[in-house]
Amino acid sequence: MLRGPRRVAAATGGVPAGERVGTDMDCSTDFRRRRGGAPVAWLGLGLAALAVPGAVAGGEPVAAASTVTAGDTVWVLLSAALVMLMMPGLALFYGGLVRKKNILSILMQCFAVLCLVSLEWVYCGYSLAFSPDFGLGLIGGLGWVGLNGVGMTPAPYAPKVPHQAFMLFQMMFAVITPGLIIGAFAERMRFAAFCAFSVLWALLVYNPVCHWLWGAGGFLCTQGGFGAVDFAGGAVVHINAGMAALAAVLVLGKRQGFPNNISPPHNLPLAVLGAGLLWFGWYGFNAGSALACDGVAVNAFLVTHVAGAVAGLVWSALDWIKFGKPTTLGMITGAVAGLAAVTPGAGFVDVGGATWIGLGSGLICWFSVTALKARYQYDDSLDAFGVHGVGGIWGTLAVGIWATQAVNPNGVNGLLHGNPAQLLAQVKAVGITMAYSFVMSYLLFRIVDFVLTLRVSAQDERIGLDLTQHREAGYTVID
Amino acid sequence: MKYIIAIIQPDRLDSVLERLTEKEIHLVTVSNVVGHGRQKGVSEVYRSFREGGGLLKKIKLEIAVNDDFLEAAIEAVTVGARTGNIGDGKIFVLDLERTIRIRTGEDGNAAIG
Repeated sequence: MLRGPRRVAAATGGVPAGERVGTDMDCSTDFRRRRGGAPVAWLGLGLAALAVPGAVAGGEPVAAASTVTAGDTVWVLLSAALVMLMMPGLALFYGGLVRKKNILSILMQCFAVLCLVSLEWVYCGYSLAFSPDFGLGLIGGLGWVGLNGVGMTPAPYAPKVPHQAFMLFQMMFAVITPGLIIGAFAERMRFAAFCAFSVLWALLVYNPVCHWLWGAGGFLCTQGGFGAVDFAGGAVVHINAGMAALAAVLVLGKRQGFPNNISPPHNLPLAVLGAGLLWFGWYGFNAGSALACDGVAVNAFLVTHVAGAVAGLVWSALDWIKFGKPTTLGMITGAVAGLAAVTPGAGFVDVGGATWIGLGSGLICWFSVTALKARYQYDDSLDAFGVHGVGGIWGTLAVGIWATQAVNPNGVNGLLHGNPAQLLAQVKAVGITMAYSFVMSYLLFRIVDFVLTLRVSAQDERIGLDLTQHREAGYTVID
Repeated sequence: MKYIIAIIQPDRLDSVLERLTEKEIHLVTVSNVVGHGRQKGVSEVYRSFREGGGLLKKIKLEIAVNDDFLEAAIEAVTVGARTGNIGDGKIFVLDLERTIRIRTGEDGNAAIG
């Protein structure tokens, strides 16, 4: 992902730090840092490492830790924790919207994906997504498998924090992305099939797309290639999950009784709490993506907040106009749509741009959930596609319109700031991400269905997933 | 002895209980229930989707009375729950064979009240 001068010091696992310097030149120079000076820091780091005998043993020069700044590291670690908090947030948000008999299945799926994908990331995923390109800009190598060479010296992606901190921060993104898909297949998927799908999806869909936009040499972000930007995951996270959600809906089909006999959300207060936690975590998600505690982070924090606020108001206003009352669910759904939409632009747009992005996401996502879903009668149960997919598409395109180097000198300018080419780059990145994610997710669902069977039996679906998949009940009747 | 089951609008509960107490009718059980009559219900809207509104929230009262309190109980519920709108509810009256107070073992009319 471009975030800046596209100079990268593509590090290679196990190679002495001194040799890692300045080997390359693509998008991810200091990754989301759009600040010059990173390669210089790398050079200093390399020299320091060489100056200390034995320091490079194991490719982990100890002396190099001196380039790490405490403030930036605190912010990135804290942001990682904030993004982790989005998982229980998402669990409550989704959990409140299903029927009583299925709440635990949602909470369990969110927790399971947290545990499963964290391990996938440490032992494989991080290397595939972020280690030096394997060739063609399609996927990272295997050099960092098992965190080999991923230590306390900074990575080229984030020159001011330990490599492991950057890895941890990215881990939470890898976790939450398959988590978002849960909303599409809620209330009808077998737990075993869910686990298999989530791990395979993280491995074969998330990692490549993440590499394309954020990895060193990824083809969607390199200047010589597409030159698209995605600050905190509009394409990598939201479009990616949204398209998988659409594939899930097509493979799994509707819930019994959809659309006329599905009970309303069983606990909206839980959903409101969940949406609040998501919003809170989103500060880490977007402002943390600056990978330093600086002006870009502050701007990201501000525009994230503004877009969420605008979209929440827009959605509930539309409900008010169309249905006579402003709904609670509409306001929280709109806020989430706005937060998703501003994600790819958080480090590139100013507060005015964020207002337009929030306004657009409120309108477009509301329309997709209200009109599109009603028209085609697909059971995207909790609107994972309608909110995250559509919001992500809008937001990633919108970066190409409202991005301005005024907020981030190492960012890009969009259409309104004299650079129509950026919009074209965004269109291409959106199209490619949508196509890849949809096709691969569809195939994965088919394969898992063939091997493990995706859907619970009709009777189990009626009884509820809590009892049939986990032998537990979310609520007791007798005190 | 009679057993009265009344289905009323939730917002009329306080008014009904007040009138029952005035008439010294104390043996009341209250439950939250859902159901519908001929008119079906108003719909709710979730993410722009109108829930069919098949089942409405209602309150179910179960009241045991001795025969001479029957008309007073019916009047209390009727007056307390009536708004004149569709959906005010129903009163069902059943014969009650026995009533036993668990604490004392009293059986029959003495157990009510």
